Amino acid sequence: MKQTQPCADSLQQARLARYSPGSTKASARYLWPLAALILLLAANLLLDASFFQLSFQDGRLYGSLIDILNRSAPVALLAIGMSLVIATGGIDLSVGAVMAIAGSICANLLLQADLPLVLVITAGLATGIAAGLINGTLVSYLRIQPIVATLLLMVAGRGVAQLINQGQIVTFLRPDFAWLGSGSWLGVPVPVWLVIAMFGLSQLLLRRTALGLFIEAVGCNATASRYLGINDKAIKLFVYAFAGFCAALAGMISAADIQGSDANNAGLWLELDAILAVVIGGAALSGGRFSLLLSVIGVLIIQSLSTTIIVSGLPAKFNLLIKALVVLLVLLLQSDKFRRQLSSWLPKLRKWRKGGQA
Amino acid sequence: MMSLRYLPLWITAALLCLLFGIGGWQFDGFASLAVVSNLFSDNAFLLIVALGMTLVIISGGIDLSVGAVIALSGVAAGLLISQYQWHPLLAFALIVPAAALFGALMGVLIHVYKLQPFIVTLAGMFLARGLATTLSEESIAIDHSFYDAVAEFGIALPGGGWIGSSTLIFMVVLVLVIMLMHYSRFGACVYAIGGNSQSAQLMGVPVASTTIAIYALSSVLAALAGIVFTFYTFSGYALAGVGMELDAIAAVVIGGTLLTGGSGFVIGTVLGVLLMGVIQTYIIFDGSLSSWWTKIVIGLLLFGFIVLQKVLSRRTALTAAAGSTAHG
Repeated sequence: MKQTQPCADSLQQARLARYSPGSTKASARYLWPLAALILLLAANLLLDASFFQLSFQDGRLYGSLIDILNRSAPVALLAIGMSLVIATGGIDLSVGAVMAIAGSICANLLLQADLPLVLVITAGLATGIAAGLINGTLVSYLRIQPIVATLLLMVAGRGVAQLINQGQIVTFLRPDFAWLGSGSWLGVPVPVWLVIAMFGLSQLLLRRTALGLFIEAVGCNATASRYLGINDKAIKLFVYAFAGFCAALAGMISAADIQGSDANNAGLWLELDAILAVVIGGAALSGGRFSLLLSVIGVLIIQSLSTTIIVSGLPAKFNLLIKALVVLLVLLLQSDKFRRQLSSWLPKLRKWRKGGQA
Repeated sequence: MMSLRYLPLWITAALLCLLFGIGGWQFDGFASLAVVSNLFSDNAFLLIVALGMTLVIISGGIDLSVGAVIALSGVAAGLLISQYQWHPLLAFALIVPAAALFGALMGVLIHVYKLQPFIVTLAGMFLARGLATTLSEESIAIDHSFYDAVAEFGIALPGGGWIGSSTLIFMVVLVLVIMLMHYSRFGACVYAIGGNSQSAQLMGVPVASTTIAIYALSSVLAALAGIVFTFYTFSGYALAGVGMELDAIAAVVIGGTLLTGGSGFVIGTVLGVLLMGVIQTYIIFDGSLSSWWTKIVIGLLLFGFIVLQKVLSRRTALTAAAGSTAHG
């Protein structure tokens, strides 16, 4: 219950952010993640002058920027779903496994002769929603802690995907399905379009209706929001189903990309990247407020960081280490105590430097 | 009410005996001391890690970094012994305190800066795994007379059983952790923090030092598990122990410890790991079942135990409420 106070505070901030777009608090929220992203991209430009160059070949754009967008598409989809789950104070560890299940379902259906593509895609998405409903039921109706409830599907889900694939890597030859992962439309890769579409639709659904506010209210205080007449259980069920839907879409993109389903490796550890992206975007794991845009920026930061490491010529083995250090820094910057310490150190440091010069 | 507390423990033990009995009845050589002693020696590192995880979970936290710490200590041991020609014991004497420092730093981030254990130890996992891959991307073979001696050391049992050094190390750790958790002031503090950290603070429990010590201890046990893992594989590898934190958490839950903290038994975790080990052994003996069934069965088991815990905690809450209506 100790989280109630800061949480009420953050709901207040969220309201401020929405109803008074010019308020300083709202812009500060967007400032730091955006600054980090711009800084990273600028560092890339310094390292490699051709970084921002885009070329147009065979009806598709090529370039490092497009590459970053394309590669971050699956995690961006996961992060959109994860934002809502985290906003209700939950967490979904199973999205990586759900990606694998959706991929394996689609791959096996594609092996059946002449099933229409729409049916395959619908089946994949339905799998994701079903998995999400299982998670949601465990969390909201059986009142199991979200970490544990979704750990179940994280452990068992990969087993289920292997069962569907009979332990094999199932490959298929269907250009129409593969288009989801490697095709392009108007010069931009299809996965990027899917992220844009998903982002736009969710934003409309959440911010043009009261749903987004309900989700934040449940995340702040589920009991209080129930007394206000919000069906907190249905809201939780919805966010997990939504996360499952996003995960299934991400799973289909990655299956389409490699034209096969690898139950062991599809989406492996991507849930952690998605959670990280949401946290880098400034959301508190205790729930309360969310911003889909900031979560997507978080994903882009993570992906640009990996690209920067490659562009800078450092061996790829430093990737994880640098990522860890950046994450720690971002986490510390989010801690009130650290910020207070920092602001009390800065004047001292200045004084000390002046003293040294004198 | 006391008997309800022990119920998950009894169910895990009963399931363990049942599965072992079924295996022994179905297959020749399943119910033998050789299988039992292999169960311990094959899972010694997981057992040691899971003991540390029990501590963390009873305190209401979680430690996702243990798998990566196993890899890091393995790689460090491999480098120091094979490349720099250190004596293994000297290398261990450096690795274990370093791990304690690593865990303590995570504890500081969690307690002082009020960051969530989940996300701090996730960053710790990236950091440890990143350090391990930076040190060496290839597996480092360890060839030292000390390792040969460790591998040969052990107590032979009748019926092909063998208590090796890994099992012995685990048993020493088990006794120490049980003493610490169930018979010491520190253990009582861990339970108090897991029950309600604010109440614990008000009662005068040293929350800061205890939290930091819990994560330090978890990392130390993970490093020890990493060392035991090198005894097992004769090498250090940066990708060792991937996902082992999940196995450890699953074992703790199956062992009857509440993930909300404040309740659980060290011995339950041991039963949890052994149950998971017996499932694996059964699937290997059967031969026709594929390995993915292990994951599905463990998932179902987890589900069963979590639902059981829910039912139990609701019943205890109801009786507690009925018993103390006067207090509101």
